[in-house]
Amino acid sequence: MSKVLEYSPTKTFEQQVRETALDSNITVSMGPQHPSTHGVLRLEVVLDGETVVNTIPDIGYLHTGMEKIMETKKYQQNITITDRMDYLNPMGNNLGYVMCIEKLLGIVDDIPERAKTIRVMLVELQRIASHMVWLGTHALDIGAMSMFFYCFREREKILNIFEAVCGGRMTVSFFRVGGLPYDIPDFVPGLVKEFCDNFPNALKEYDTLLTGNKIFQNRTRGVGIITAEDAIAWGVTGPSLRGSGIDYDVRRYDPYCGYENYDFDVPVEKDGDVFARYMVRMRELRESHKIVKQTLKRLEPGPVKADTPKVCLPDREVMLNQMDALIHHFLLAGLGFTVPPGEAYHAIEGSKGEYGVYIISDGSENPYRVHVRGPSFVNLQALPMMAKGEMIADTVAIIGSLDIVLGEIDR
Amino acid sequence: MSHGSLEHSDSNVEAQATDAPLVPKSLVEQAIEQVKEKFETAIEDIKKHVGETTVYIKRENIADVCRFLRDDPSFQFNLLSDLTGVDRGIEEDPRFEVVYHLTSLPKRTRLRLKVRVSEEDCHVPTVVGVWPTANWHERETFDLMGIRFDGHPDLRKILTPDDLEGHPLRKDFPLRGY
Repeated sequence: MSKVLEYSPTKTFEQQVRETALDSNITVSMGPQHPSTHGVLRLEVVLDGETVVNTIPDIGYLHTGMEKIMETKKYQQNITITDRMDYLNPMGNNLGYVMCIEKLLGIVDDIPERAKTIRVMLVELQRIASHMVWLGTHALDIGAMSMFFYCFREREKILNIFEAVCGGRMTVSFFRVGGLPYDIPDFVPGLVKEFCDNFPNALKEYDTLLTGNKIFQNRTRGVGIITAEDAIAWGVTGPSLRGSGIDYDVRRYDPYCGYENYDFDVPVEKDGDVFARYMVRMRELRESHKIVKQTLKRLEPGPVKADTPKVCLPDREVMLNQMDALIHHFLLAGLGFTVPPGEAYHAIEGSKGEYGVYIISDGSENPYRVHVRGPSFVNLQALPMMAKGEMIADTVAIIGSLDIVLGEIDR
Repeated sequence: MSHGSLEHSDSNVEAQATDAPLVPKSLVEQAIEQVKEKFETAIEDIKKHVGETTVYIKRENIADVCRFLRDDPSFQFNLLSDLTGVDRGIEEDPRFEVVYHLTSLPKRTRLRLKVRVSEEDCHVPTVVGVWPTANWHERETFDLMGIRFDGHPDLRKILTPDDLEGHPLRKDFPLRGY
């Protein structure tokens, strides 16, 4: 297996498949347009009847060169690009990117408490919203169609909160280096509290519909098993790893943004099958709900930007009335702030796994290199191993349980 | 606007305000010492910045060093978080760097390894044998940067279209393509 290949930028899929398939196997192309592959993913599936012999994922249909674009834009402009990577978790993407820059600047300890609390609140709400899409689409693929509508009903409430906070439902671009761009409106904590009060009822509904459901359990138990050693070796992180028994959660492993102050559990299941990953995410919904309630209690009035005029834009009234603030605004908005030369890697717990941002700065206003470690990119690698020997309908369940987002895979 | 220097000073990071370090720095220091003992000439350089340590390893030793770091019971760097490439600039020599981010789940430590690669001799041994997750990461680095990985079982393009020639993330590839 480890012979050096002749140089060929592409080996056609027919060649790859021919090496693995027998004459009696059929090769089916699932995607890139397919209702169950969760985005523009193409799977070349080699079938022996209904059983999968081999799966070859073909990605890149959504590749837009985001990392290259980020090298030509200022640090603050790139926040809008990170929104579009894992488009179901934009708050998390923004946070990962912004915290990496704060690490490079050395201002991580200067972020005010209120900014950190609001960051945690919004990121955990985003995690709930992302899991709502996962749950709805996963159940839809398996056949429980009404779950989709129930889940999106809760997601609407969260997206309304995001729209009240920053004006955007999906492309939020809310966090800035040094804190938040502006404070959240006064009525937003009330909206969040209303959501938190109603959410347990929704969770009960989901449990009633799916968790004890015999059909759901038959479709998901014992399907797509991945062992703990294989999961770590293949780089799987997030709920997919915690479903196999390893309790690796970046919020616990390397706390950031004040997560060490919150009381929450990291759910872990032992079986490693689709049902275990489902249970991990269902319990994560409860834990995120707990964290959001704690942030509501911790919310105190205060500044939302670090006291770093060279990095953070001044408030509007201050800028209109003070000369030095006006000058800072002019320079920051026109030229952007510079980051001292260096490199840093900062990982956060995205809704899919370890979302890592690696930035190399060269002292100018644009980053020299930005690389994003998208958890879905790495998790999808494990799909062929998990799907081998399963039926093709189970492949759909496994893809759903991995919770992949093509924006993060392809960038 | 010309790029400033990529090199950064060897700052002692205790003075910098960052999040609390994962473990006492000594575990990473121990790892570096052990690597120095086992592979005498492997380490080219060590840099520290904002609480992170980067070790520059010679190209021929990278697979062995990685296997040692993964298997040694005192370090157990069992998760390869990320593998990527950097183009240091058209005039720089060596032009490319391959960056490995290692994570030790039991020991709560992270470490960064780098291998310098020149443009004429643009290949690095693969670490797929150490961490299978490197498969797609190396394919992406090959696709976008053009660094080849010797011993990789399936080195072909992964993100760019099949008919695209060239390596888009290199500094001499125009942003909007040809």
